[in-house]
Amino acid sequence: MSDLHTELKKSIIEQLNLEDMEVSEIDNDEPLFGDGLGLDSIDALELIVLLEKDYGIKLSDPQQGKEVFNSINTMADFIEKNRTR
Amino acid sequence: MSRIYINGIASISPQSEDIFETEPLKEYQDNIIPALNQDYKSMINPMLLRRMSAAVKMGLFSSKKALLDAKIDIPDSILVGTGQGCLKDTENFMVSMLNSEEGLLRPTSFIQSTHNTVGGQIALDLKCTGYNMTYTQNSASFESALLDSILQFKSETEIQNVLVGGVDETSPAFTGFQKLDGQLKQEPVRNTDLLASKTSGSIFSETSSFFILGSEESENSYAELVDVEIINSTEVQNIGKRTEQFLQTNNLSSSDIDVVILGNNGDSRYDSYYHELREKLFAGKVQLAFKHLVGENNSVSAYAFWLASKIMKEKRIPDFIKLNDLNCKEPRKILIYNQYLGKNHGLILLKNLDL
Repeated sequence: MSDLHTELKKSIIEQLNLEDMEVSEIDNDEPLFGDGLGLDSIDALELIVLLEKDYGIKLSDPQQGKEVFNSINTMADFIEKNRTR
Repeated sequence: MSRIYINGIASISPQSEDIFETEPLKEYQDNIIPALNQDYKSMINPMLLRRMSAAVKMGLFSSKKALLDAKIDIPDSILVGTGQGCLKDTENFMVSMLNSEEGLLRPTSFIQSTHNTVGGQIALDLKCTGYNMTYTQNSASFESALLDSILQFKSETEIQNVLVGGVDETSPAFTGFQKLDGQLKQEPVRNTDLLASKTSGSIFSETSSFFILGSEESENSYAELVDVEIINSTEVQNIGKRTEQFLQTNNLSSSDIDVVILGNNGDSRYDSYYHELREKLFAGKVQLAFKHLVGENNSVSAYAFWLASKIMKEKRIPDFIKLNDLNCKEPRKILIYNQYLGKNHGLILLKNLDL
């Protein structure tokens, strides 16, 4: 697991107040929404802010969010390719 | 209008709910007192709980406990009184604005920061689509919600059960600011010494007290809610007269009141209102206080309502809330009087079920 994957998991746990969750409990390919981690639409807004604040990435197309926020793996891939900081 | 019965009660505060039975009085050194933590996960979905500030958690938890107490699943109306609303999320949001220089803001604290978040979250959790209203009227917030509950029962619609309560939380910076304008005491005062304090200001706390009011008496009923009045402004010398007028509208006089619960908060500038009633109108009556237990906040009169309900049902008055040596074995009528900074005076009248 890369440092970025771990960093992302830590940020998600902290930003979304997933108090009882450990980094090791989130699988890299586990869906973040729905049956996986169970995140919802307010969490999606938090993730958009997280991308912009921590990595300088602005998501302009809402459809893009569905693919990007599918799992930790898809988020990490997207960040690697588009980060400005 | 049918009579209004208090059929379920629940309270979260710096004191245990078992305070009448087993728990010793909890003492605090700080002037800002948190509510006792609860097993929130036993009643609230953890995925929802993670976003809830103290006010929302306390409000929802005590609402569900009051419903359980009354054996009611869904009320017809939800009425919440909160003077300062979701203070913690408001503070989080504003700190975030400052830190980001009005740039990127996290949405959750903004969404959750409105005063009606508590009432909204209760409705969402209970799937209650009935009338839902939040009252923010300074220290008369709970009384305003209670007044609306009486109007609900007076209305032509078939209202059987109303969930009504008061909730307020503290936050580190915003509550602390109240020291700057003298609302918080400048020196540390132990809560149990509050009523003897001779300085200005008070101590602040978090409380949430919710009730199920019903049009029918049940085997669990505590007492009957008779009437509520809010007086926005009055002078010390007129408070006795205004209280008498309130009692007269209910065909009563001060001699009919067995117990008066007063909101003395140790603020030397404004406790004179309570002294006026103690020394004149209710001189020979059992006088009780409650803010040395739970401190001050804008909806803390809901805690007094909770105390009054318990006293009525259990027919017992613990010594630690007494302001004088008198006793009353079976209170028939209890009057609650509260004010804050000499404004927003609230009068709430309860009577026991046998009358």
